[in-house]
Amino acid sequence: MFDIATQLFESPDVRFGPIDYEKDPEIESKWTHNAEFMRLYDFEPARPMSAAIVKKQYEKLEKKIEEDKNLYHFMIRAKADDRLIGKAVINRIDWANGACQIHLGIGSADDWRKGYGSQTAKMLLRFAFAELNLFRVTANVAEYNEGAIALLKKLGFTEEVRRRQSLEREARRWDLLVFGLLKDEWLKQAQA
Amino acid sequence: MKDLFRGELVRLTSEEPEFRAKVEVNWQRDSEFHRLADGDPAKLTSAKKIKEWIEKNIERDFNPSRYFFSIRALADDKLIGFLGLWLELVHSEVWVGIGVGERDYWGKGYGTDAMKLCLQYAFMELGAQRVSLGLLEYNARALKSYEKAGFKLEGGMRQEMLREGKRTDTLWMGILRDEWLQMQNGAKP
Repeated sequence: MFDIATQLFESPDVRFGPIDYEKDPEIESKWTHNAEFMRLYDFEPARPMSAAIVKKQYEKLEKKIEEDKNLYHFMIRAKADDRLIGKAVINRIDWANGACQIHLGIGSADDWRKGYGSQTAKMLLRFAFAELNLFRVTANVAEYNEGAIALLKKLGFTEEVRRRQSLEREARRWDLLVFGLLKDEWLKQAQA
Repeated sequence: MKDLFRGELVRLTSEEPEFRAKVEVNWQRDSEFHRLADGDPAKLTSAKKIKEWIEKNIERDFNPSRYFFSIRALADDKLIGFLGLWLELVHSEVWVGIGVGERDYWGKGYGTDAMKLCLQYAFMELGAQRVSLGLLEYNARALKSYEKAGFKLEGGMRQEMLREGKRTDTLWMGILRDEWLQMQNGAKP
């Protein structure tokens, strides 16, 4: 565990921040026009969104955060130039049982393979276990998302469920994999 | 053409809010039933509030991606349980939540009969490619019933639930369209 002084939202190359309604919609709109990214990030059909639509989504999201009290959302910015590079979510928080789901995406392929996803995931996990005091974190991934699967394994997640043929894309069916990480397992990783 | 809503022991219905509330208000007092059916903490709500909640949610529970049924026993027409379906339309997946709230009707095949109707409905009327469900690891009766109906165990989310100070897994099961069709043609589950 880290101490109180260690920033929750800062990593070597990236930081978490709130939504910037002026700058972010346009950037996120660009990501949504990249079907490859959308198909990795989401199980919902890939579809492009104008900045206006993205802005509406942000408003709905912040309303949901306020009302449901079981979700946290972070924008990911590159430290070097404060550029928006992705987003991260902790959702479906089940407070009574101490469980949640995490989800993250780095929007532009130019920003892949730089360790940003790994730094983001580590901040998310620390937030879930050491700030929300949860017991377990779940991540759902499509079997074709090799990058996400590799990252989850590196972080110590265990593959727990194979939801056979749960997704349909490219006129074929794909398995959906469920990964889980428990608090003790995270502690071991974090202290290493 | 088969009767989609009528099985051998049960039938599926849509009940009036006031009547449903009067029945369900008693189910929630059986904390064992609640703890088998639900991962959220048990609570006791008035019949009035349940009725209001049902009426408020009529559109939420009746729309292209959400189907809700009540279950009545054929023998005495008693309202004994519920069956909820959530549709993932784009992926043709149906997620099921089922429960028999009347304790006297446990372990007698009513739930399994309702599940058979549910699968027939999902595959023959909703065009599902697969049907999924989750259950708590300690719910042995449900696991047996679902396996009999054709579901396959696909894994467990470790220690997701905490009850009576003990951690327990959430199991996940699924049945594919081809598997179900083969069962109808005589293959064993």
